[in-house]
Amino acid sequence: MRRALFQLTVLLSAPVTAWAQEQEKQPPPEFSAGYQPPTITIPGPRAELFSYLDIAILFGVLCLASYLVLKKRSRSDLRVLVVFSLLYFGFYRYGCVCAVGSIQNVTFAISNHNYALPLVVGAFFLLPLLFALFFGRVFCAAACPLGAIQDVVAQRPRRVPLWLEHSLGLIPYLYLGAAILFAATGSAFLICEYDPFISLFRLGGKVEIVTFGAVLLLLGIVVGRPYCRFLCPYGVLLRWLAPFARWRVTITPAECVQCHLCADACPFGAINPPTPAESRSRRSEERKRLAVLILLLPLLALGTGWLGYRSSPLLARMNPTVSLAERVWLEERGRVSGTTETSAAFRNLGQPNEWLYQQAAGIRKQFDTGAWLLGAWVGLVIGWKLIALSLRRQRTDYEADPAACLACARCYQSCPVEHLRLPPLAGEFYEGPA
Amino acid sequence: MAEPSGKKSRREFIAEGIRTGGLVAVSGALGSLATRAHSGGTVWQIDPHKCVQCEKCATECVVSPSAVKCVHAYAMCGYCRLCFGVFKDKRTGNTTTAENHRCPTDAIKRTFVEDPYYEMYIDEPLCIGCALCVQGCERFGNGSLFLQIRHDRCVNCNQCAIANVCPAQAIVRVPASQPYLLKTVG
Repeated sequence: MRRALFQLTVLLSAPVTAWAQEQEKQPPPEFSAGYQPPTITIPGPRAELFSYLDIAILFGVLCLASYLVLKKRSRSDLRVLVVFSLLYFGFYRYGCVCAVGSIQNVTFAISNHNYALPLVVGAFFLLPLLFALFFGRVFCAAACPLGAIQDVVAQRPRRVPLWLEHSLGLIPYLYLGAAILFAATGSAFLICEYDPFISLFRLGGKVEIVTFGAVLLLLGIVVGRPYCRFLCPYGVLLRWLAPFARWRVTITPAECVQCHLCADACPFGAINPPTPAESRSRRSEERKRLAVLILLLPLLALGTGWLGYRSSPLLARMNPTVSLAERVWLEERGRVSGTTETSAAFRNLGQPNEWLYQQAAGIRKQFDTGAWLLGAWVGLVIGWKLIALSLRRQRTDYEADPAACLACARCYQSCPVEHLRLPPLAGEFYEGPA
Repeated sequence: MAEPSGKKSRREFIAEGIRTGGLVAVSGALGSLATRAHSGGTVWQIDPHKCVQCEKCATECVVSPSAVKCVHAYAMCGYCRLCFGVFKDKRTGNTTTAENHRCPTDAIKRTFVEDPYYEMYIDEPLCIGCALCVQGCERFGNGSLFLQIRHDRCVNCNQCAIANVCPAQAIVRVPASQPYLLKTVG
């Protein structure tokens, strides 16, 4: 049965391949006059020079943002920079390439030797991380177009309940893991495919994605920057590096008066209140819980790793080559009738099925390892979150969480001590009519 | 009091080390990327030999109308008397009027060369990349019409939206220095 089907497909595809080889069925005529057929015009892509310009502008915006947030402490100036980034990196450059998506290019370049990482992509990946090491998340504050568009709409931010904030905060880690797995296996660029705002920048795109973006923006009116806090995979990397920053956001220029106005003003829930003094019994209880959690961590990682490994065939099916191979295999066995557009296209090429099966087997093997790692990663992230919640840092004042702070400079304005520092308001406030 | 201050300086020392290491690593990585060949990056292009003219290029591109256009390899053209790229193979009334045209936007134009030959050319602003003309030329003609991503229109998305749905996986990354995959004679 299988052989018969195979022969049938060979017979059916034979005339097609014959046509493909014999390209000139109609020999070109002999023209009497000196007619020269024109050649194909080949307009080139955007000149490389412009990609250097993009790098320079990103560097400039990061420097300026660092200066405005940390030295000048000016929210109003920063807002101008945010709008500039939104217009340039978003609407003018159509949001491509961005630091968030560049994670996938870096992964793809590492796993796939045929793909050379372009300089501009490398720069977009590394520069924000470097700035995070020295100045905190200034990239999020003013350079990222995805953050900028949400920052503009964040008009009535409410506080997200802590339990929800912590649980939703796990999603970026999972998203990062999945994006790396799919980029490393060459299956898909998930971050780009499901980027909610890029269709807005391009003023067109798939209905689902446009809806997703619109919902996020509407939500963004009452929840400050939902994508940045609960989805952005690049934010995870910045979260890791920002706590090492040499210069970072200090809410009050002098002494904290414990008025908690800053914590109320922060739209992202990134300001931690002072810790209350704790009783000794409570501390020992916490210490016990911490020990149990640390012991549980490897078990949890092993368990979720195994779950990931079990789901590997399902994940691998999202790779186009694997799903094509499965379809062709089913067709060969006669389990399904007819061909899909994809399998017909493959048969049209005349590649042997075994070649396809081999390709798919290789990718499946990558997925077996990758899904195991992804599962273990999920376990580690959940376990570490539980541990981090049990760790207590002593704080005497209101402080910006260095990992979560997006350096938007909103808290400065709310600090009464900051207002003492600023020169008294000039103009109509003081010069009323005599 | 000695302990907390000592602890703080140790933490500060580690942070300092990480920062310096990060600075060195980033400048090293960027330097090596800049000096390497092919640092100019890649662009997306259709491999015309893989393309199956599924018509998705017209609808899936993020640019509207699509950055995919039909191009004409004149050197391969057979200068058919009835161009199969222009006319449907089953014509009503055997006339050359509009209802017998393949192209939905009338983007294929012709200029007279000499009797009975015409040079067919694509009016690119009209072309939507639907590949209907390519189907005709592939099946009955010399296959001199084929689709290409035009880089004056393509915004070079990090992940090409058409490549995501291309049934033939015909959209591939090519070096930006050689951004086209053209059909040639032979």
